[in-house]
Amino acid sequence: MDGSRREFLKLAGLTAIGATGASSVRASGGASSATGGHAEASSDGVRLAMVVDLRKFSRDGSLAERCIEACHRAHNVPDFGDDPKNEVKWIWTEDFETAFHSQEFHFIREDLKGKPTLLLCNHCDNPPCTRVCPTQATWKRDADGIVMMDWHRCIGCRYCVVACPYGSRSFNWKNPRLGLEDIDINFPTRMRGVVEKCTFCEERLARGQQPACVEVCSNDEIVFGDLNDPGSKVRQLLAERMAIRRKSGLGTQPEVYYVIDDPRTLQEFAPAAVVDGAEGGDHA
Amino acid sequence: MYDAGKIIVGLLVFVALATSPLWFNALFGESPAAPELKLPTNGSTECVEARDFMVANHMDLLNQWRDAVVRTGTRDYVSTLNNKTYDMSLSRTCMDCHSNKTEFCDACHTYLAVSPYCWDCHVEPKGAD
Amino acid sequence: MLEKALSGNRTYWTWIFFLLAIIGAGAACWFWQLNVGLTITGLSRDVVWGFYIAQFTFLVGVAASAVMVVLPYYLHNYKAFGKMTILGEFLAIAAVIMCMTFIFVDMGRPDRILNVFLHPTPHSMMFWDTIALGGYLVLNILISRVTLSSERRGIAPPKWIRPIIILSIPWAVSIHTVTAFLYAGLAARPFWLTAILAPRFLASAFAAGPALLILLALIVRRISSFDPGREAINKLAEIVTYAMILNVFFVAMELFTALYSDIPEHVHHFQFLFTGLEGNSTLAPWMWLSVLLAVVSLVILINPATRRSETTLILGCIAVFFSLWIDKGLGMVIAGFVPNPLGQVVEYAPTLPELTISLAIYAGGVLIVTGLYKIALEVRGQMKA
Repeated sequence: MDGSRREFLKLAGLTAIGATGASSVRASGGASSATGGHAEASSDGVRLAMVVDLRKFSRDGSLAERCIEACHRAHNVPDFGDDPKNEVKWIWTEDFETAFHSQEFHFIREDLKGKPTLLLCNHCDNPPCTRVCPTQATWKRDADGIVMMDWHRCIGCRYCVVACPYGSRSFNWKNPRLGLEDIDINFPTRMRGVVEKCTFCEERLARGQQPACVEVCSNDEIVFGDLNDPGSKVRQLLAERMAIRRKSGLGTQPEVYYVIDDPRTLQEFAPAAVVDGAEGGDHA
Repeated sequence: MYDAGKIIVGLLVFVALATSPLWFNALFGESPAAPELKLPTNGSTECVEARDFMVANHMDLLNQWRDAVVRTGTRDYVSTLNNKTYDMSLSRTCMDCHSNKTEFCDACHTYLAVSPYCWDCHVEPKGAD
Repeated sequence: MLEKALSGNRTYWTWIFFLLAIIGAGAACWFWQLNVGLTITGLSRDVVWGFYIAQFTFLVGVAASAVMVVLPYYLHNYKAFGKMTILGEFLAIAAVIMCMTFIFVDMGRPDRILNVFLHPTPHSMMFWDTIALGGYLVLNILISRVTLSSERRGIAPPKWIRPIIILSIPWAVSIHTVTAFLYAGLAARPFWLTAILAPRFLASAFAAGPALLILLALIVRRISSFDPGREAINKLAEIVTYAMILNVFFVAMELFTALYSDIPEHVHHFQFLFTGLEGNSTLAPWMWLSVLLAVVSLVILINPATRRSETTLILGCIAVFFSLWIDKGLGMVIAGFVPNPLGQVVEYAPTLPELTISLAIYAGGVLIVTGLYKIALEVRGQMKA
């Protein structure tokens, strides 16, 4: 994983520089939004995105749970047990069909059907949540496209929760510390009365680390990187595979992609020699 | 004005009552001993800025740090005292030295009857108290 | 002038203390909510706005409806509304204050309310709603005070107030339009994503508000020598009739568009409202009651004989008011959240503390109306001994 680590450190560096001025990012990153498959890219510089490979996830039954665990532990996300009313979550799973319910998947492959699918904040390029916030307590960072939250400023009106088409935001109906046994000192908890959500681990990126959920994935089950960099892993994966996004028709431009195809089906379109070579083996 | 006398007397009584804690303390109160702050025990001798500046302005500096980190994603603070660079973090930088919240932060805040909401979210180092 | 609200007979004070008792109970619940959090309400991760915001939305309409007496009187010189305008403006003041209180109790961090002004954000509809509501409150306080104190001194109102009164007319329309925009501009909520939401809000406001005003005027007539006049009541009843017909027409248009196009994410919300969805039909009885009341009210109001008979008119006004209170408050707000963005159906029912706080805010509104109406009646010397 040396290559990806290197890509990561580069990314983190860019994020830190980018925060002080987008121009420096452009100079060093050399990114060009015009070349991208990213539809109507509006931001220059770094555009962070995540690609979740659902086929790989379906092979490892407990991986999604481990991602959730790592995230919620790193960010002191409270656990109120079986209490959906007060629930707070940054990343969670739904059945594949529920996650993409507006697409109405029927009669689909067994390895997708009903499979737990990781959901989190999409860090939309055109986020409806930041548009409605009356205090700019949530906004999209110009430098890298992360949809941030300022928990010092949030007034708890929940308009952003209402505006999010993905159910990615949680409100602290009560003191979150009541649902925390161990608190990680490196990250604050929240207080009752504010909204919270995934921040793409911007605090870890700043320290040169990968997002907590990505770090758990040892086999590129989740790939994270700069969508504006044609050489990045996310771009490579999107160029090679078939990926979908949640409710893409709303124009929010979600930046979490889900790879749904089986790489073996690609072989049908590949040159005959390759198909012949691969046909015999794995068809489990 | 109707009942001018009554209104003026009423106002005077109100002002006297509202300011009574001040009068009472000035006349009879003993001022409590000024708090003794526990200085860092990790060998550190200087703060991110001069002592007097910190005593008077730490709250503004913390607000600046907060906005810099959260809103602009800037995390490095260059001290005007010694040109060193610090990580703008309450729990990792400030409380690395001032690790005992009760004896440092609370000592003064309790004395002055202020209750900043820092620790509603930020976490003090374990085993400090 | 305010001192006139501070003297009264035994009945007056009993009424005031009755309202204060309800406000006290609500305040206690609110302090509890302040300490424990909004977890004491029935709201949840999926239904994040509920009873409070529903009342807010409904009451913005009541506030805006003052324009239905102000406009004919000042713009068309319709003299019959002369005695009514002050009642309409005072009702608007009380309604706006209730709106603001409902927003306030719904906030997770009411201690940070000033952030809305410290970090003004023009791209948020909530920012504009704050301005619209605040401005409308100031306008109505100013207008009612100036006109009433002129009336007390037996002189004509100063000339400079007229443009301000004219300004209050489009401003009234704006408060309800912007409130509709809070909902109608959200890609996440197909139920509200309809261009007719603002017109529908206005139509329902101009039905429910004047209906309430008729009821209040008749109550005032009973307990004082104030008489709104036959003509004023009849004209207001006609306004209620037209507005209610328009409102029902707009709702029918909503239903047609959703049901005929048969797009699931539009249909589901209406199914949830009227038949229940996935076994959850908490709102269905309420919605059918709303439909029934709407039908009853239209039968009474459209028929000239029943509209002009005071007894049936009262029934009609009560039916309009409650039909719209259910439809626009509970139905409109809660159905936006069910099913949620993932297509899941979630239950919501307000809790006792939530209802107590809401009742207290209404009691506060009634208290304000009582005090202000008392002032108006004293100024006109129409208070019974």
